Amino acid sequence: MKKIEAIIRPTKLDAVRRALEEAGCPGITITEVEGHGKQKGMVQQWRGKEYKVALLSKVKVEVVLKDGDVKRIVNAITDAAKTGDIGDGKIFISPVEDAVRIRTAEQGDIAI
Amino acid sequence: MRRILIISALALFAGAILLPSALLEASPLAPDPNGCNTGTIQDVQAAIPGKPTIEELGAVVGHNKISINIVWALVAGFLVMFMQPGFAMVETGLTRAKNAAHTMAMNFLVYPLGMLSFYVCGFALMFGGLGAISTMGGYAGLNHEFTINLFGKPFGLFGTKGFFLSGSSYDVAVFALFLFQMVFMDTTATIPTGALAERWKFLAFCIYACFVGTIIYPIFGNWVWGGGWLAMLGQNFHLGHGHADFAGSSVVHMCGGVIALVGAWIIGPRLGKFNKDGSANAIPGHNIPMAVIGTFILAFGWFGFNAGSTLAGTDLRIAVVAVNTMLASAAGAVAATIWMWIVRTKKPDPSMMCNGMLAGLVAITAPCAFVNSISACVIGLIAGILVVESVYFIEGKLKLDDPVGAISVHGVNGAWGCLALGIFADGSYGDGWNGVAGTVKGLLYGDPSQFAAQCIGITANFIYVGLISLIVFKLIDVVIGHRPDPMAEIEGLDIPEMGVVGYSGIKMDKHSETPISI
Repeated sequence: MKKIEAIIRPTKLDAVRRALEEAGCPGITITEVEGHGKQKGMVQQWRGKEYKVALLSKVKVEVVLKDGDVKRIVNAITDAAKTGDIGDGKIFISPVEDAVRIRTAEQGDIAI
Repeated sequence: MRRILIISALALFAGAILLPSALLEASPLAPDPNGCNTGTIQDVQAAIPGKPTIEELGAVVGHNKISINIVWALVAGFLVMFMQPGFAMVETGLTRAKNAAHTMAMNFLVYPLGMLSFYVCGFALMFGGLGAISTMGGYAGLNHEFTINLFGKPFGLFGTKGFFLSGSSYDVAVFALFLFQMVFMDTTATIPTGALAERWKFLAFCIYACFVGTIIYPIFGNWVWGGGWLAMLGQNFHLGHGHADFAGSSVVHMCGGVIALVGAWIIGPRLGKFNKDGSANAIPGHNIPMAVIGTFILAFGWFGFNAGSTLAGTDLRIAVVAVNTMLASAAGAVAATIWMWIVRTKKPDPSMMCNGMLAGLVAITAPCAFVNSISACVIGLIAGILVVESVYFIEGKLKLDDPVGAISVHGVNGAWGCLALGIFADGSYGDGWNGVAGTVKGLLYGDPSQFAAQCIGITANFIYVGLISLIVFKLIDVVIGHRPDPMAEIEGLDIPEMGVVGYSGIKMDKHSETPISI
């Protein structure tokens, strides 16, 4: 069982959500987050003066999957969220110990 | 039961429609749907109805003329009053969300505080020596000017009639004049609140507002509009028609701009505005849509401001005044936009567009009645570029923090407007202005002395308004202080100063933060 955390552009959320639906992803959780990568934010203007916005708005998409689905889903997210420009985001994959469905107390892959 | 109710209701409704028309048809006065027959000789008050004498006719014509003038001045004054929300929205939109209630409240309270101050003594100091109010029936109850003699000539300094609008001021023309001039004064008073926004103790602001309405504005106003020494430069020293300012580029706007300049200097920049090396940080405002709507409201009110300044609806020069006003505003907006887009940041900055339109309006305010339409466009065009460069200069060179550009819009362009009158006045209007025979002509039309009078006017404005506001701001500084606690300023003044937040239940975004000075 694996967790995929994808930090994406807010404007790409809808595309990513659809792609995950089509790929048969069981469920998603999203969070509005702020952060920066290597570029450390971006420069904007106010009345002719430039200023740096250090933390940019991003969306974090979290999905938990069976080990065999990971590659397919990661590809789906990458295809949907990619623009080719700086700031497309990152995907992190980590192992998950277990999952429990609250309604039935089922555990393991079946609970995802 | 229900059907009976509906039928009786319908019957009542039909009756209500049919009954009056039946009555009217029976009466001798037929309805007049196109209006051609409403108002006849029967409406002229005469001893013999329908047969007025020439004197009776003349009395009605005269009364009507003055009525048109007074109604025009009042309606124009109502429009100018509506500039207050315009200022409130521009200033609040261009500042941060965490200070919205505080900035709005300053713009709100300046109206009643300024008005009462002007009522108590400001109006009397400004117009107490005006003499006959010629377009409003010629009543001359405001007839005492305190005057000193210099160089063998009288120098009117302030008026002394009309305190509390009582006694001989209890007159319709004086009241109409009061309303129109009060809203002008409040325009001056609300200009500095933008330059001093986001860092001003509310109590300090309140005391300032009273000083503007009682002394700062009325004294200079008297010199130009109340028959004081600047207006008399023409009669006394043959300098054109004296310092001419049709609707207040210097009296209203430059005055507000100079107060803003001194104020911004005395109270200092917002926390985080400047770094230790003197470079400035951007502090973005929170609501561009609000600033844009506010600008439109101001442009709308400005028709009252400029065209109303004839104080006469029967002076049809108002058409020229109104068109010049809108042309200059358009030229100012377009010039500022293009200047930012091509020369400065490569983006057509919306806040500078707004400043550009307002700069065009400020600059055309003095010359609007005296120039032709091409000059109006040129004046606006220059104003639009001037305002952008001035914003850069004031922040970059003078190191003053003016969040909304008030000093550049009103101060710099107020001065430019006065000079523009002295350059572009084309001699088609203003016969007898300030008691000098002949029309008003500028430098390009053969009267350099008018330009000289304009220069003296703006110099006097800068010196007098600069000094008196320096004294007032220093006085307030010593007695109660201008700046709130630094923590209050960082958190936003809404709760510490006003006790309420401007936007409840809304998470402030990172733009509301105070930059760190490095």
